[in-house]
Amino acid sequence: MIRILVLAAMGCVLLLPATAAQAQQQEGGEAIRGTIVQRPEEGDPVPVPGVDIAVTTGDGEDVGTVTTAEDGSYALELPGPGDYSATLVAETLPEDVQLTDPDRATLEFTIRPGQSRPLLYPLGEAESVGGRFAAFMSRALQLAVEGIKFGLIIAMTAVGLSLIFGTTGLVNFAHGELVTFGAIAAWIINVTFGVHFFLAAILAMGVGALAGGLLDRGLWAPLRRRGTGLIAMLVISIGLSILLRYSFLYFFGGRTRPYGQYAVQRAIEIGPIGIAPKDIIAIVLSLLVLVGVGLILQRTKIGKAMRAVADNRDLAESSGINVERVILFVWAFGAALATLGGVMLGLGEQVSWQMGFQLLLLMFAGVTLGGLGTAYGALLGSIVVGLFIQMSTLVISPELKNVGALLVLIFILLVRPQGILGQAERVG
Amino acid sequence: MNWEFILGRSLSSAIGSDAAVFALAAIGLNLHFGYTGLLNFGQVAFMALGAYGLSVTVATLGLSLWWGIPIGLALSVTLALLLGLPTLRLRADYLAIVTIAASEIVRFVARSVSMRGVTGGSFGLSGFADEFYAVNPIPGGSYGFGVVQFSARALWVIAVAWGLVAIISLMVYVLMHSPWGRVLRSIREDEDAARSLGKNVYSYKMQSLVLGGLFGTIGGFMYAISQQSVQPDTYSTPVTFYCYAIIILGGTARVLGPVLGSMIFWGLLSFTDTALRQAVGAGYIPTAIMDGTQVGQSRFVLLGLGLMLLMIFRPQGILGDRREIALDAH
Amino acid sequence: MPTDTWVDGVTPEPGVAKPDPILVVDGVTRRFGGLKAVDVEHVEFQRGAITALIGPNGAGKTTFFNLLTGFDRPDAGTWTFDGRRMAGMAAHKVARIGMVRTFQLTKALSRLTVMENMKLGATKQKGESFARALLPPLWRKQERGIEDRAADLLARFKLDNKRDDFAGTLSGGQRKLLEMARALMVQPDIVMLDEPMAGVNPALTQSLLGHVKDLRTQGMSVLFVEHDMDVVRDISDWVVVMAEGKIISEGTPDHIGQDRKVIDAYLGASHDAPTTPEEEQRQLAEAEAALDAETAEREQLQP
Repeated sequence: MIRILVLAAMGCVLLLPATAAQAQQQEGGEAIRGTIVQRPEEGDPVPVPGVDIAVTTGDGEDVGTVTTAEDGSYALELPGPGDYSATLVAETLPEDVQLTDPDRATLEFTIRPGQSRPLLYPLGEAESVGGRFAAFMSRALQLAVEGIKFGLIIAMTAVGLSLIFGTTGLVNFAHGELVTFGAIAAWIINVTFGVHFFLAAILAMGVGALAGGLLDRGLWAPLRRRGTGLIAMLVISIGLSILLRYSFLYFFGGRTRPYGQYAVQRAIEIGPIGIAPKDIIAIVLSLLVLVGVGLILQRTKIGKAMRAVADNRDLAESSGINVERVILFVWAFGAALATLGGVMLGLGEQVSWQMGFQLLLLMFAGVTLGGLGTAYGALLGSIVVGLFIQMSTLVISPELKNVGALLVLIFILLVRPQGILGQAERVG
Repeated sequence: MNWEFILGRSLSSAIGSDAAVFALAAIGLNLHFGYTGLLNFGQVAFMALGAYGLSVTVATLGLSLWWGIPIGLALSVTLALLLGLPTLRLRADYLAIVTIAASEIVRFVARSVSMRGVTGGSFGLSGFADEFYAVNPIPGGSYGFGVVQFSARALWVIAVAWGLVAIISLMVYVLMHSPWGRVLRSIREDEDAARSLGKNVYSYKMQSLVLGGLFGTIGGFMYAISQQSVQPDTYSTPVTFYCYAIIILGGTARVLGPVLGSMIFWGLLSFTDTALRQAVGAGYIPTAIMDGTQVGQSRFVLLGLGLMLLMIFRPQGILGDRREIALDAH
Repeated sequence: MPTDTWVDGVTPEPGVAKPDPILVVDGVTRRFGGLKAVDVEHVEFQRGAITALIGPNGAGKTTFFNLLTGFDRPDAGTWTFDGRRMAGMAAHKVARIGMVRTFQLTKALSRLTVMENMKLGATKQKGESFARALLPPLWRKQERGIEDRAADLLARFKLDNKRDDFAGTLSGGQRKLLEMARALMVQPDIVMLDEPMAGVNPALTQSLLGHVKDLRTQGMSVLFVEHDMDVVRDISDWVVVMAEGKIISEGTPDHIGQDRKVIDAYLGASHDAPTTPEEEQRQLAEAEAALDAETAEREQLQP
């Protein structure tokens, strides 16, 4: 009772400068103003009195502190136009009230001459510690699912990159463009020719495999025959990457475009997480494809041959394996997988001319993490990268999520240079 | 088609400040890749540190432009050490991946909202180069001949940038004709052999990485000054690739390779751009095939194609020695 | 020959002490996965002698070389060179204190000229520091001295007419010669040659052998890996035999030629069917090494 009285008294006192400020505003003075209210889920907004807002200039100089009145309103006169920062002092909020976004306790803004600027501090009901933990966990779970989906896409594209490196020693900087090529091929089949998305994706894999095979036969195989050095080939792959990327831009344009089906889907709730049905299908399909890749590598003749060539090209050749044919297959196989990865990426984020290039670094990260040149390493490494990128947004700003992944890549190279699954090599 | 205009524009680009900036960065990369065999795919990060070191010093910290130079150079050395310490003992491809990752980290961080107060976020910084132009000794007016014309300010930047190119090229010439340069080239050929002859390979690789990075940073200073603004997305991965195109065009492991390469690179880029634009404008190329925005894109298509063809058919570049390339069998 | 007299007082058995050892190895082991590639309990190498290290493919000779010269790290063990403890020393420091090696696959620095290859070998060069490199007057004089020394060596190795050619243009045998000459530029106390005769045509073999013998005459110690028993018999004072990573025998060339264990090691490995997984893995390693040697030869036969 006494507290309320004191607050009311303070409100009266504070009303005076507020009115003064309003008066000045008409003369062209600069000010901030607003009302602090809590909006419950039902019912009218409730004003929150007695909340302190501290204002400093952009350079950190103190301007003053204003406290909200009985009706939740406040206003503070500012010394002039310029940059300011206003902080709602969270400790002065009642115990059952908190900012909906605690990161927005401090607002930075610019005041033009004569401007009286309203500030917004959305408030909500304070959650219990248990509730906050539950919210955190459900967000973590949600991110984990997204991370796995992203990791599987990286994995699908990285298997080819890794196998190509293993069998030919080429670090293929144009691998991202195979991803884009596949996604665009599927888009053309799907949207331009009106074929249903699923069929279009399968056809595009065929087109992608053909393109990969043609690249090997038309470009890389002749270069290998000429004895072109690995670094020269790496630079050629950079040239190819630029050539293809800008060709895509030239013909496909700079806009991002969605597929004809499944572009927008409502998420369904499963327990604490929400997920679109297309994402569930994408995850299940990726898992099936990657298990299939594993079986091909492990069980089939061509798969064993691929691993043998990746392991030791000379030994494989001397034991009667047709190495050039295996490499051709690796290119077709890798390109088909890159296509599928591109299609799935395009389904989630639309198709664009540099989607693959943006993925390239993450593919490198996955392949390096797993151990260069081992297909299983690439799978594992990519999933780790995908998971890490998404999960890191729990603690860091989403715009920096790739930075975190790249830093971890560098760190892992420091402590375990052969990658997670790679083995230490003999020197000399 | 106004050929005088097209050739004039191409010549302006070939001797312009961009060509000098890329020559500086490419000289550094030539030291890494051409002489030492280091696969640095993050040269642009060193340029970015130069540009940001300078602009942040002036625009954010409010210090003099001349303070930005030691700050930028110190940042550059720090980055080289950070990159080199873990990776220079490992296989060559690891350095490639780590450097390309680092260059993206630098760009992501510079453009992030949380760094807005320092780097200006995705908008970047501007208005920091006044002190440089204040000491311009060239009296105002326009200089040049025919369509090749530069303002006094532009000429001042060009003179300083090419002056730096000349000094640094001379330095590289002396270094590469010294026992120090011999050790670097031996590391490029076979680092185990160099080690077996008592050379501390790790230390030399680090020296090469630091020095080449510093040249990139100096290029970054001049880039920021010539543009009078710094934007994070100017410093993305393709810039490094262009540097590779430049040294391969000019001839790797040639002192003047990057210089000649950069002039030809910018001259050709400007030539195709102006010529195509005029051809589209005059109706020689129907707009159904190519429109205004596609001109800019098509020259990058040609750039990629050119890089491939060059590497396949004339890997020694313009100044290179065919005999040397024939030996590059592995 | 005075160099041969010391062998009379030494019992031909693994790990035997030498009258004046320059290199003493104790308990050096190195594993690759489950395979123990090197497992040497104790071995000494005589100063001023030519010692051959032989053994079937995959016996661990090259790995042993790599460990001794700092190119690989052992899992355990110590060794001393001229009384100096060597374990953990970086490869370039090993070379600087006078222990220089060559490689099985010749490492001629292709795009350096023959003369540049030679000059690289000289140690303590002033011009190899970055700051001094920028001021040629500081190192010109030393460089001329190095060049003279290199020219003398090139003349001795009959490479003087190639001095300004790129090393990559030399024949396989000439590269071997260059590598040996370059190693001498370091002015070593011990020269470790990994298969110096591999892939060299017969005409050059004699010349190479002569050069190896010259090293001993000049007071250097030589340790070399070799397959050809004729070569071993011709030039070595002492032979150390390795198999499956271990030293299985030591002695004069004549003694080794009659040692049952040695013959078994050479023949047994290729005749018996694999019995254990280790055995199988070892045979696989041998096959790989044989393949390596073959590709090496093919590469070196190219002009």
